[in-house]
Amino acid sequence: MLSRLREVLPQALPLPSLDEQWIRFEDPAAQFAETLAFVGGKCETAPTLAAALDLVAQTAPAVEAKRTYSWFDGFPGANVAMEAIEDPHSLADVDMAVLPGRMAVAENAAVWATEQGLRHRVILFLTQHLALIVPRARLVDNLHEAYGRLSFETSDFGVWISGPSKTADIEQSLVIGAHGARSLTVVLTDEDFLGQ
Amino acid sequence: MVVAGHDHPKNAAAFIADKEKAKWHDGALWFVRAKRDRMANSLPEWETLREKASGIKQHTVARLPDYLEQFAAQAEKRGIRVHFANDAAEHNAIVLGILQNRGVKRVVKSKSMLTEECHLNPFLERHGMEVVDTDLGEWIVQLRHEGPSHIVLPAIHIRKEEVGELFHEKIGTEKGATDPTYLAGAARQRLRDEFLQADAGITGVNFAIAETGGIVVCTNEGNADLGTALPPLHIACMGVEKLIPRVADLSVFIRLLGRSATGQPITTYTSHFHGPLPGGEMHIVVVDNGRSKILASDDFRRSLNCIRCGACMNTCPVYRRSGGHSYATTVPGPIGSILNPAQDAKKHATLPYACSLCGSCTDVCPVKIDLHHQLLTWRREIRVQGHLSWKKRLPMAVAAWLFASPARFSAIGRIGKFFLRNLPRPMLYNPLNDWGKQRELPPAPKKSFRDLYRERQKQTSGGREPSFLSESKNGPDREGLHPPLAGKGSGSHSRDASRSESSVDA
Repeated sequence: MLSRLREVLPQALPLPSLDEQWIRFEDPAAQFAETLAFVGGKCETAPTLAAALDLVAQTAPAVEAKRTYSWFDGFPGANVAMEAIEDPHSLADVDMAVLPGRMAVAENAAVWATEQGLRHRVILFLTQHLALIVPRARLVDNLHEAYGRLSFETSDFGVWISGPSKTADIEQSLVIGAHGARSLTVVLTDEDFLGQ
Repeated sequence: MVVAGHDHPKNAAAFIADKEKAKWHDGALWFVRAKRDRMANSLPEWETLREKASGIKQHTVARLPDYLEQFAAQAEKRGIRVHFANDAAEHNAIVLGILQNRGVKRVVKSKSMLTEECHLNPFLERHGMEVVDTDLGEWIVQLRHEGPSHIVLPAIHIRKEEVGELFHEKIGTEKGATDPTYLAGAARQRLRDEFLQADAGITGVNFAIAETGGIVVCTNEGNADLGTALPPLHIACMGVEKLIPRVADLSVFIRLLGRSATGQPITTYTSHFHGPLPGGEMHIVVVDNGRSKILASDDFRRSLNCIRCGACMNTCPVYRRSGGHSYATTVPGPIGSILNPAQDAKKHATLPYACSLCGSCTDVCPVKIDLHHQLLTWRREIRVQGHLSWKKRLPMAVAAWLFASPARFSAIGRIGKFFLRNLPRPMLYNPLNDWGKQRELPPAPKKSFRDLYRERQKQTSGGREPSFLSESKNGPDREGLHPPLAGKGSGSHSRDASRSESSVDA
């Protein structure tokens, strides 16, 4: 197949440079919050990680949850011990999950989540409701800036999550809660709890 | 709608027979087009992004074998097995082989136009596998035993009442229920069970990164992620054109894709796979299936830029009014009318004509494919290869003969006017007149343009006939209207001369 391709190659063109003036925002946090609301999510802010966890614990999905997983220690009501679970299928009844976001993008309200320090990545998609906590220092304006900072040296799975799962496959009517989370809360914290 | 053959006009006629539904279809797609416009307009760098995207793709295909090798080497380093398939049959055999080796019985799939193109589902089912499409729209069409009618919105041709009836019959939702939230909720419950019971997950690929050996899959529903994070086996299927050189290139394409497809700033989930689950397996099947033939063509190479956003379909006046199934292909619409004739020009000979050449597809295409130019080029190809029907060939030959002579042209004008006025309707509107099926022929004017012009010139110039209308006369006058391409003397000189001549008349 490769040799057949080599026979028909056109003349090579240079690879374009991506060094441009891409969009920036006066208030990236405000832009992020507005865009997240547009895609069906909710943005909150908190000074510290502890305050963020308290805030999430008071949201309706967390209050009503029977099975809750938290990546962070000290989340009220957390009762799923991920490390002790062998089979990801037994996470099927998790109602609420709280995890860190490694980066956030103002232009499209996307939050970068990875399986770093997470035994079963399926929790990001299997939980009924999801909360992601991101240090404000890791909020960037646009996707170009974001990829400039991400590293793919390890083989960790990584995903941009922008809002709760959704579908419009029945008559273009928007339905929130397709296969993944039914709701998404993102908290931006002043405290840079992930470090550099 | 059951599509029997590959005749687009015939299939389209069946679609528009339901006027109310056809009108709704048109409006629903235009709504998506409008959302796309709002998103594109919100970014000052939109045109820059399109330029970059097109440039990256053109660069990549020109070095495709190198990048494929780099991609495969990087992926293998991360424990991903990479397979190459020349055509659909090889692709299906490879996928089946992997599944059978692991004793797989149940497979969940997320949306992949490539596997649709290769007809993977029926192939696996023939070999005893249970295959479930998990994208809601794809699942709906699968339950109806149909193919998707749109590459991003597979069930856009189906009304909620029909979905309600289907779900009532297949999964026991309440009879008469039509609320999309209720119906989607019921599907969620049912498909969760499928995810939990699956032995393997198959996905498509939106982008494959040569630099890292990873792939990116974009969904709104989260089905690709559930389908690959529960079962231990993940098979991703991609056409060779999905390759991009660098991680940095992702930013360009991801910014364009969601906005162009559905008017979202980004899809809900943009998942980056760089290896198997712990203890699991990941395979990538890279497929040619005719793409190298397109790569070899200077006329059609740019169609390989396509990132399958569907924007050209949403904007196409023909697609919106004829429905995706009328194309009788996996990829319909403007881009499908280019890609499918490349596979089989005879079978898909009507598709390049399912186009008004309005150029809207070219304007919205995020990767700058010159769609309407390629469609026009395909019409020539169809004629050259001898696949054009006599209904199109004959009128063209007659028209060419008529237009070749001003005298004949003038004469047919007079005859045509007479016929328009005096022929009985059945003589004018009959199966030979495709154009007149939904249109009235224009009323015959009392006088032709020539008559009017001649009269006007007589009034203003005191009876002197403008020289260039006296077509029976020779040479220089006509040259004034149609300067010869290579004259004896200077072409521009004779043009100037005749222009000054007619300006004297005015």
